[in-house]
Amino acid sequence: MSQPVYRLDNVIKRYDLREVLHVDALEVHAGEILALVGPSGSGKSTCLRLLNFLEAPTSGTIRFDGRNYGSNGSVPLDVRRRVTTVFQRPLLLNRSVQANVAYGLRLRRAPDTRARVEDALSRVGLLGLARQKGSTLSGGEAQRVALARAMALETDVLLLDEPTANLDPYNVGVIEEIIRELNVERATTMVLVTHNVFQARRLAHRVGLLLDGELVEVADVERFFAAPTDPRTLAFARGEMVY
Amino acid sequence: MAISALLDGLRQALSLILERDPALLEIVRLTFEVSGVALFFSSLIGIPLGAFLGMRRFRGRRLVISALYTGMGFPPVVIGLLVYMLLSRTGPLGQIDGDHIPRLFTPAAMMLAQTIISFPLVAGFTMAAVMGVEPHLRQQIQALGATPMQTAWAVLVEARIGVIVSIIAGFGSIISEVGAVMLVGGNIVGRTRVLTTAIVLETRKGNFDLASALGIILLGLSFMVNATMMLMQGKSFDQ
Repeated sequence: MSQPVYRLDNVIKRYDLREVLHVDALEVHAGEILALVGPSGSGKSTCLRLLNFLEAPTSGTIRFDGRNYGSNGSVPLDVRRRVTTVFQRPLLLNRSVQANVAYGLRLRRAPDTRARVEDALSRVGLLGLARQKGSTLSGGEAQRVALARAMALETDVLLLDEPTANLDPYNVGVIEEIIRELNVERATTMVLVTHNVFQARRLAHRVGLLLDGELVEVADVERFFAAPTDPRTLAFARGEMVY
Repeated sequence: MAISALLDGLRQALSLILERDPALLEIVRLTFEVSGVALFFSSLIGIPLGAFLGMRRFRGRRLVISALYTGMGFPPVVIGLLVYMLLSRTGPLGQIDGDHIPRLFTPAAMMLAQTIISFPLVAGFTMAAVMGVEPHLRQQIQALGATPMQTAWAVLVEARIGVIVSIIAGFGSIISEVGAVMLVGGNIVGRTRVLTTAIVLETRKGNFDLASALGIILLGLSFMVNATMMLMQGKSFDQ
């Protein structure tokens, strides 16, 4: 079996004295979509911030492509730039849509910026709004721009933090389709955070459940929903868990 | 009397400008030189300092901000006094030989005093502008692969209206300042006389027309500089 893209061991994240995440072991494999599900406040977004190296764990090791980036080491820029995140509430720069999509490419001094921006905007169906200010877009459009700006970077790993929360069914459909395409065409490794178990079932290869900061179980999507080992997973998957 | 003096002042101001009075041109040139250099240095110190205080959280930050707020309200004449004592022959800097140390009664001393007066204003307003930018934006910029410097620059660009306001506030504090430049500059004709000190002198001499004329010129120049800064901002102010 190939080396995992990520391997987390005994990762703990605390804010002050409060422990918000505890992952004994987690692997993310190349080319897969791993969904992390769980109620609000269960540590899903914290986990993504650690995977994007935006924050360091309090303790434990995060191996990325076999190299350890734990609590005491800084992450080289070229490694950080192999990962990006689409956030639940996308914040765009006060510039045009195309400038927003081009921003990450310009940071990398990437060639063919214009072509890549146009390609990304076409994929999300917003090429017609390229010159419009980011601040004038609707929530769904802004989320599609955020996806386009992440997509244009062609990173090895794409982290998605509730990318369809608060969106209408049309935009949910558009974004889910783009996620599928990216995963199939470019074999982009993805970690999708969602509280929507149906979405996890539709998109993911494997699913993990986070509860109160603890990673309860990770399993293939079929097994996760049909025959989970932990009773809490069963309760969550059936929608019986009140939160 | 006051209105007629103002009208006479307006007439005289126009006449001085149209005649290209050499003494006036020299005063205006020095005013801009001193204020321009002081504004440059206060922006050079104030904008990065404000950005740092706005974005970073560290032990003692509140203390630094309190000191900064105190600096924003510090009486310019007291700063003039401090700079005077610093640069006087018995002061810590006055005792050092070297071309890079400003001397009293020179434009360099006036620039130093004005920089100290205005940099807390530039830093304070920049800090407020940066703190007004959505905090999560920084994280999203970092997630796109920005370095800390690139992130700070992007945030400053987002806060550009506030940053320009901070520069305008700094400029306002400098161009209108009289006490400190009088103390450390001495209002020496042809050497350290600027518009504000010239206005004080002419008023004391009873030349209200000329004092009003200089005041009108100062106001006009100040308006022109601020309008230019607004134009440099493009359409951002209208959005």
